[in-house]
Amino acid sequence: MRSIGTIFRRELASYFATPLAYIFIVIFLVMAGILTFFVGNFFERGQADLQAFFTFHPWLYLVLIPALSMRLWAEERKSGTIELFLTLPVSMMAAVLGKFLAAWAFAGIALALTFPFWITVNYLGNPDNGVILASYVGSFLMAGAFLAVGACLSALTKNQVIAFVITAAASFLFTVSGSPIVLGLFQSWAPDSVLSTVSSFSFLTHFTAITRGVIDARDAVYFLSVIGAFLLANAVLVDLKKAD
Amino acid sequence: MSEMIEVRHLAKHFGPIVAVDDVSFSVGRGEVLGFLGPNGAGKSTTMKMITGFLAPSSGTAVVCGADVTRDAIAVKRKIGYLPEGAPAYPDMTPAGFLDFIAHIRGFTGAEARKRVALAIERVALGEVLFQPIDTLSKGFKRRVGIAQALLHDPEVLIMDEPTDGLDPNQKHEVRRLIAAMAPDKAIIISTHILEEVDAVCSRAMIIAHGKLLADGTPGALEARSRHHNAVRLVLPAADEAAAIAALAQLADVAAVEPVDDGEGHALIVFPRERRSIIGAVTDLLRNRHWEAQALRVERGSLDDVFRQITMTH
Repeated sequence: MRSIGTIFRRELASYFATPLAYIFIVIFLVMAGILTFFVGNFFERGQADLQAFFTFHPWLYLVLIPALSMRLWAEERKSGTIELFLTLPVSMMAAVLGKFLAAWAFAGIALALTFPFWITVNYLGNPDNGVILASYVGSFLMAGAFLAVGACLSALTKNQVIAFVITAAASFLFTVSGSPIVLGLFQSWAPDSVLSTVSSFSFLTHFTAITRGVIDARDAVYFLSVIGAFLLANAVLVDLKKAD
Repeated sequence: MSEMIEVRHLAKHFGPIVAVDDVSFSVGRGEVLGFLGPNGAGKSTTMKMITGFLAPSSGTAVVCGADVTRDAIAVKRKIGYLPEGAPAYPDMTPAGFLDFIAHIRGFTGAEARKRVALAIERVALGEVLFQPIDTLSKGFKRRVGIAQALLHDPEVLIMDEPTDGLDPNQKHEVRRLIAAMAPDKAIIISTHILEEVDAVCSRAMIIAHGKLLADGTPGALEARSRHHNAVRLVLPAADEAAAIAALAQLADVAAVEPVDDGEGHALIVFPRERRSIIGAVTDLLRNRHWEAQALRVERGSLDDVFRQITMTH
């Protein structure tokens, strides 16, 4: 399992070897700020919480996470390094996990750098820091799920732009399946069981549940199983597509 | 154990396309085997299967006792592999890249540093150690790839077109390196540069359409050429017509053909079954008082054999 660590370090360092890491972090923070303060009416709400901040995370990830995940396998396939990488003495699972964990850690770094929001809200009032912590954990789990989807789909193509677009599209489906718009479509005719199945597939539903302040085991298990399932599919796809 | 690579009935199909068709051979310590073949012949695919990158459709390869279809990771540990085009992570520096390879090959601390330093020294990478691989010249990129393959001092070395795209000096360097390592390793290289086989290989295999068509020392392959033991001679133009008729009468001569090639106009006298005919030819010239301006026995070239073998299949 030491090889997971070695791959993890190489991958994480590679984000910072190009301007990608810095651009990603700056844009993530700026967009989070704009959404929170201007769209989310952080001040006008007059409440000392970070609801306005976390509400937009699914939509923020929808756009930004595919940019992070698109290179994971597509770039290796494009540059041919996949042949080098997969003839090193590492198992496929170690290769997939090492890459995924590096991307997840990077997303975690970007998320952690939003701490000024937390300072601000603590400066302005007395928020429930338990709820905020739970929301951060939920947001991190959700980022992992988005990344696992992206990593998996990035193994499908050599073209990073295609990887970006299909990941964004898939993530969109995973997100909106819990939104009122989609659920409204079903509400009028479908039985409740269908409705709850559709919404239970949604990142949004589970994330919203966590941001209420309780990390329910079911929500955590949901995100972890999405991650597990997509990484498994990722390993299978890499194996199938590596030589194309 | 002297057989370090054993390839048994290896085959690979991509849908209806047969890329490698029932190839078997073995390579022992001290051998440098050259894969020769036109583009798309299946050389790279064979290498990819031996190194565990591609799963064979049938058959297997055994490297130092490990079966690639059962324990690919054990095989990958034994092999140093330079894939075609020497891919390496473009954002990394050679120092960082080799450090990554050392760690993933299980070396840590001082041992890893020692291995990296040794690999860098062997391929003379010192001056570009901290430049992104992206910015390196083709020659240096190739050296990074070779350093990566040598780092764990593998018993088996597989290199796909190690000198492709290098200038003559760089080619010479790479060949020297291969020759220096040859005595205690089993090495497979692929190439379509035939002179390279003469320069570094102790054995050559010709592959086309996924099939193994010839296997032998470069000398033995050259002997299969119809040019082997042929006599090339240049005569005064006045004598030529008579000479052609007379030479064709000799017992062991199969044919006499005038040629105009890079070396100028000449007659090539082809022997029957590659027998030695130089004695008979010089006797004839002496008896008829024909003055040859140039006379040479041909060895035959791999080029001819290569064309002869790959075109007829």
